[in-house]
Amino acid sequence: MPDLSGLRFAETHEWVAKDGETATVGITEYAQSQLGDVIYLELPTVGQRLEAGARLGVIESVKAASDLYSPVGGEVSEVNQDLKDHPEYVNQDPYGKGWVIKLRAVKDNPKLLDQKAYDEFVQGQSHS
Amino acid sequence: MVVTAERTPLYDEHVRLGAQMTNFGGWVMPLQYSSIREEHRAVREAVGLFDLSHMGELRVKDEGLAQHVVTRDLAHLRPGRVQYALLCNEQGGIIDDVLVYAVADGGYLLVVNAGNQDGDFDWIQAHASSPSGGGQGSIPSPSGGGQIREPRCGKASVSGGGSVLNVGREWALIGVQGPRAAGLVQRLTTSELGGVKYYAFIEGSVAGVACVISRTGYTGEDGFELFCGNVDAAKLWRTLLEEGRSDSIRPAGLGARDTLRLEAGMRLYGNDMDLNTNPFEAGLDWTLSLDKDFIGRDAVLRARERGLERRLVGLKMLDRSIPRHGYPVLDGGRRVGAVTSGNVSFTLGHNIAMAYLPPQLAAPGTPLGVEVRGTAAPAEVVPMPFYKRPHPK
Repeated sequence: MPDLSGLRFAETHEWVAKDGETATVGITEYAQSQLGDVIYLELPTVGQRLEAGARLGVIESVKAASDLYSPVGGEVSEVNQDLKDHPEYVNQDPYGKGWVIKLRAVKDNPKLLDQKAYDEFVQGQSHS
Repeated sequence: MVVTAERTPLYDEHVRLGAQMTNFGGWVMPLQYSSIREEHRAVREAVGLFDLSHMGELRVKDEGLAQHVVTRDLAHLRPGRVQYALLCNEQGGIIDDVLVYAVADGGYLLVVNAGNQDGDFDWIQAHASSPSGGGQGSIPSPSGGGQIREPRCGKASVSGGGSVLNVGREWALIGVQGPRAAGLVQRLTTSELGGVKYYAFIEGSVAGVACVISRTGYTGEDGFELFCGNVDAAKLWRTLLEEGRSDSIRPAGLGARDTLRLEAGMRLYGNDMDLNTNPFEAGLDWTLSLDKDFIGRDAVLRARERGLERRLVGLKMLDRSIPRHGYPVLDGGRRVGAVTSGNVSFTLGHNIAMAYLPPQLAAPGTPLGVEVRGTAAPAEVVPMPFYKRPHPK
């Protein structure tokens, strides 16, 4: 497992890695395992402004289409172009080469969970 | 509301293999073990193992009754042969699609969809003119070759005592599908499988388990479906997995079953057809023997005279959008139909769908759109099946 201690998590199963004013966003290991084989992502365009909790795109697996939400507010500075031809990266390496978008001018979202709180949240979900 | 889903005799095997389970047709079934993509690929390139024990089996001993409820003429179906057919209601709507097995000691075995098995049983039972043979033990006793006998089971909980028996919950069904399936099953049986052609079956022993060995499937590949008693199911399943290691076998769940059958152009009851669909629309008129009498025949004939209002056609997506059940199909800006099944085609590398469309838009090459989240994604009509295996046997 990669070191996730610096990440923050949304209850909608996205992670965010902040680095000053910029941030990288992806989906969690739990999310990818629940979705199964990812086959397509519909992602925002660079320059688009997103509020925390706003829909940033759609992720499609063989099973279903699901919305993705931005865990923090900011402006899209980059989308992961590799996912066009390799959506399976989200399954294979959700915290690495399966990242989804990068943001700049990031605003904090105090509602996000740290790794321990997110793990507990997922535990609660899978037993409900 | 608490709904208790039924478990197949292989439930513990699926849990042990780490399957993600899902509810399908009232049964807890494996959706996937590792990856739908990998399971799909295993069936196309090697061999996949499916638990199909949720499927229903109805023993219809009364040949006249079977002829009355099934759309296809069974008179020429020789023992040891299988036919695909429909059950229709009086309005010509499709109640279910079934495989009919002609049994050597008389009558038929109908293999029906899991979620329909009790409804189908009630339907056929209701049309039994006289409840015959209900007096003594209604399960045929084990007998010689070429006959389907009821598999050995711990306790008999077979419902129905007349001309129809619901034996589905006493039988397990294991699918072995893919180019290496025949070789694998052959290594585990002394029966000569070379003579068992597509849509034929024999009785035999596989891995020491008494089975009906049927050369049928729902994947578009060669392979077998093995019926055995519940008590033997785990032994057969484990032996196939173990012996199949050298063939790169993978257990495959309902996710792969769905993507495989879609590529093969096979309809899924409840998605691509239901009580509101007639057999012509569904492209299944080849299962109608209109020169015999069956329930729904008159309605089906009237529907043919009226002409088709819509037809089930294949669509190929021209971008990467994924068409899904219920998405509108557009001609220009106008809604002309809806997707009934759609997904990625792992084998073809593009996305595909089935949809009901007006006949004038059904010709291959017709450009259409599929509305995906408010946008018209480009598509075109293509012939079905989308995928045919390279060297059919």
